[in-house]
Amino acid sequence: MPKIIVEIMPKQDLLDPQGKAVANSLHREGKKEITAVRIGKRIELHFDREITDQDLEMARDQAANFLSNDVIEDVVAVTKED
Amino acid sequence: MKIGVITYPGTLDDRDAQRAIRLAGGTPVPLWHDDDDLKKVDAVVLPGGFSYGDYLRCGAIAAKAPATKEVIRLAAKGLPVLGICNGFQVLVESHLLPGGLIRNEKQHFICRDQKLRVENNETAWTSLFEKDQEILIPLKNGEGGYIATDDTLKMLEQENRIAFRYVENNPNGSMNDIAGITNERGNVVGLMPHPEHAVEAGFGPDTPTAMRSGIDGLLFFESVLKMVVNS
Repeated sequence: MPKIIVEIMPKQDLLDPQGKAVANSLHREGKKEITAVRIGKRIELHFDREITDQDLEMARDQAANFLSNDVIEDVVAVTKED
Repeated sequence: MKIGVITYPGTLDDRDAQRAIRLAGGTPVPLWHDDDDLKKVDAVVLPGGFSYGDYLRCGAIAAKAPATKEVIRLAAKGLPVLGICNGFQVLVESHLLPGGLIRNEKQHFICRDQKLRVENNETAWTSLFEKDQEILIPLKNGEGGYIATDDTLKMLEQENRIAFRYVENNPNGSMNDIAGITNERGNVVGLMPHPEHAVEAGFGPDTPTAMRSGIDGLLFFESVLKMVVNS
């Protein structure tokens, strides 16, 4: 099934409490080499047909204006996956 | 005077907002998120709660609802709009107000009676307050930390668009102690605390005078009713 994958991360300078809690847990498990954990979102847009350049353009637009909020998040990738 | 209150799936405080409007002397009109007919109301309240289960981001999906789109259109023409808590989140996600709201600094859901200072008493919803008046309004949220870019903060400060600031303590890490803001025209106001929970003696926050006697929230609704009558 063709799909477009949108990846979103909290902004670098923003506190990511989920990531911090997971990092603390990993440290408790002895994984001291992991310096930080950050958690974002992966959103899949499924299509019932071939994905066109226009679809990708639409997905980029939705990623920027609806799926993410540029005050707190960055869209890191919008990619096609067959 | 008719004031609409929009109910989204997951809204909690719509009936409290309707009651506040009634106590202030207005006629509350229930509005449904999926209907773009705002029933010719004179003002709109976006109430608190967890619209669409806070999915994607708080307020993000509600910002796309047919009723909200109509609010956005009419707000540009001067329709008074008050966003309370989740309603404030809907207003920032709709770009009617700048900035964003993130998880509280200490990660806890906070529920308390909070002291605020009225910074701007020239908006549609604050005109009956004195400037710098300190008021007591219940606050209850998990994602109430106001953030914005440095440029936006500077603009809000310079243009006197910070409507309310937290006093004595900043409960959620909001930048510049911001509890609520307004748009350029002053018809759209959003804040995290809940004025609709401080409108009737016996059911409001405790004050030094008497238990549960706080009714500072009533002036929000009386302000807008006065403005609508005069216009």
